[in-house]
Amino acid sequence: MAGLEDLYREIILDHYRAPRNRGELAVPPAHRVEGFNPLCGDEVVLYLDVENGVVRDVKIAGQGCSISQASTSMMSAAVKGKPVAEARTITRAFKALMSIHESKIGGDGEEVDVADELDGVRLGDLEALQGVVKFPVRIKCATLAWNTLTQGLDEIEAPA
Amino acid sequence: MSLDVAHLDVARIRADFPLLQQEHNGHRLVYLDSASSAQKPRSVLRAMDDVMERYYANVHRGVYAIAEESTARFEGARAKVAAFIGAREAAELIFTRNATEAINLVAYSWGRANLVAGDVVVLSEMEHHANIIPWHMLAAERGIELRWIPLTADYRLDLTQLDELLTGAKLLAVTAMSNVLGTINDIPSLVTAAHAAGAHVLVDASQAAPHTTIDVQAWDADFVAITAHKMLGPSGIGALWARRDLLDAMPPFLGGGEMIRDVRKDGFTTNELPWKFEAGTPAITEAIGWGAAIEYLEAIGMDTVRAHERELTRYALDALTGEFGDRLTIYGPLDTDHRGGVISFLFPDIHAHDVSQVLDEAAICVRAGHHCAKPLMRVLQVPATSRASLYIYNDTDDVDDLVVGLQQAEQFFAI
Repeated sequence: MAGLEDLYREIILDHYRAPRNRGELAVPPAHRVEGFNPLCGDEVVLYLDVENGVVRDVKIAGQGCSISQASTSMMSAAVKGKPVAEARTITRAFKALMSIHESKIGGDGEEVDVADELDGVRLGDLEALQGVVKFPVRIKCATLAWNTLTQGLDEIEAPA
Repeated sequence: MSLDVAHLDVARIRADFPLLQQEHNGHRLVYLDSASSAQKPRSVLRAMDDVMERYYANVHRGVYAIAEESTARFEGARAKVAAFIGAREAAELIFTRNATEAINLVAYSWGRANLVAGDVVVLSEMEHHANIIPWHMLAAERGIELRWIPLTADYRLDLTQLDELLTGAKLLAVTAMSNVLGTINDIPSLVTAAHAAGAHVLVDASQAAPHTTIDVQAWDADFVAITAHKMLGPSGIGALWARRDLLDAMPPFLGGGEMIRDVRKDGFTTNELPWKFEAGTPAITEAIGWGAAIEYLEAIGMDTVRAHERELTRYALDALTGEFGDRLTIYGPLDTDHRGGVISFLFPDIHAHDVSQVLDEAAICVRAGHHCAKPLMRVLQVPATSRASLYIYNDTDDVDDLVVGLQQAEQFFAI
């Protein structure tokens, strides 16, 4: 039986109480993207400053439960200063941690090992969110920021 | 502490609900989410089993014995529902999938036949999405104007500008009881004002019908939507009640079997009421289950149901304000004359989902979220609330457990 301590690790509560990178960036040059969880009303707003293929700065806003807001804070810390490609790799690894394997969809049906997805990716604090997997309805809270990040990066990289 | 209100024996009632007998994490199940959907008594389950084990057949078709019994019991259920809400005749009671479909039926059929660009539909800020989106869709399609009755500081409808809002309106569509605030609206007064302005009135009674006496004739309403699953019945069936003259004049909603009198290659004519609006094989088993649910409620008596919930709501409001004071915001009237047993609340620094998660550890079921009322959430300026809702199988023990659970949530998330 998974307990509350599995879900609400201290590092998660720390990010929830003191979110990193909270604020706004001027748009443009930054890109603004919003993500919503229509079922529960969680809201994530990201400001992404991407130049020459590098996420130079990230600011976050929005409101929601501790899991969604802590995950957003941790995401911002994890991808800030990283090349876009690396941000996408971290995103894939994080979603694998959440038991979501996008490469499997429409693939050849082979089992994807979480370890393969995570291979060589340092998730650091993000691993504290692993307990969320034991609470399936909360997975969407944890992944909201990451789906929003992916959407934002796709929009930035889309040909004008 | 125990209440002995109107002689409602909650322990005996609870024994009629198999689902409530279970435990989670070593805790008895505390079900405080009946505003979302109610649990079902054994008599409803038995009635539905009985249909399928003994006399299931399609209705209004076969001449064989079990088809006749199926039809008679299906139409008998319609008569029970119609009588429960005070309809003049069963033919005014259209079975739908739920209250949402009932409101969509009105918007699609009556709305498209009667509303044109510039016409006004008046809603309130406390409506459920079911009584908002069909009108948004009509607004996008027809260019009708939507106006909104605002809220007072104590979470009731602010009627000070009602006459202005109703000027030129064709329809007032309003809830009888808020599924978020618990507010009970004064439907007869609203109907009087709307009719004086020349507007029809649609009442969303989804939340009110399970907990109070409904009388569509005393209300003098034009359309009333209800649903079975919030009043001890199964999901998958609800109803629209409307005045016969309105239903007669309305074009059909869905087309198909059952709703026709005659079909030719070049057209069709519609069936009599109520079947004119019931295309396809209906929810036969569910209708009969709903009838059993109404029998269960009538055996208790709706005045007793209301009296019990009113006392328990008073107890819960006092317990919550007594224990948490200003640390917990309660969204809804504090006067139980004007509210039902739907209690929305929020700790300013703890998200409703996190509160629900802690309560779940103690097998306490509450709803967290926007309760399908996002415009209201925006008025309240909150992203979500927690909501505990009371019914006949709840007692003071459930409220006491809720208070303990909330104490734990407050401690867990203490900054």
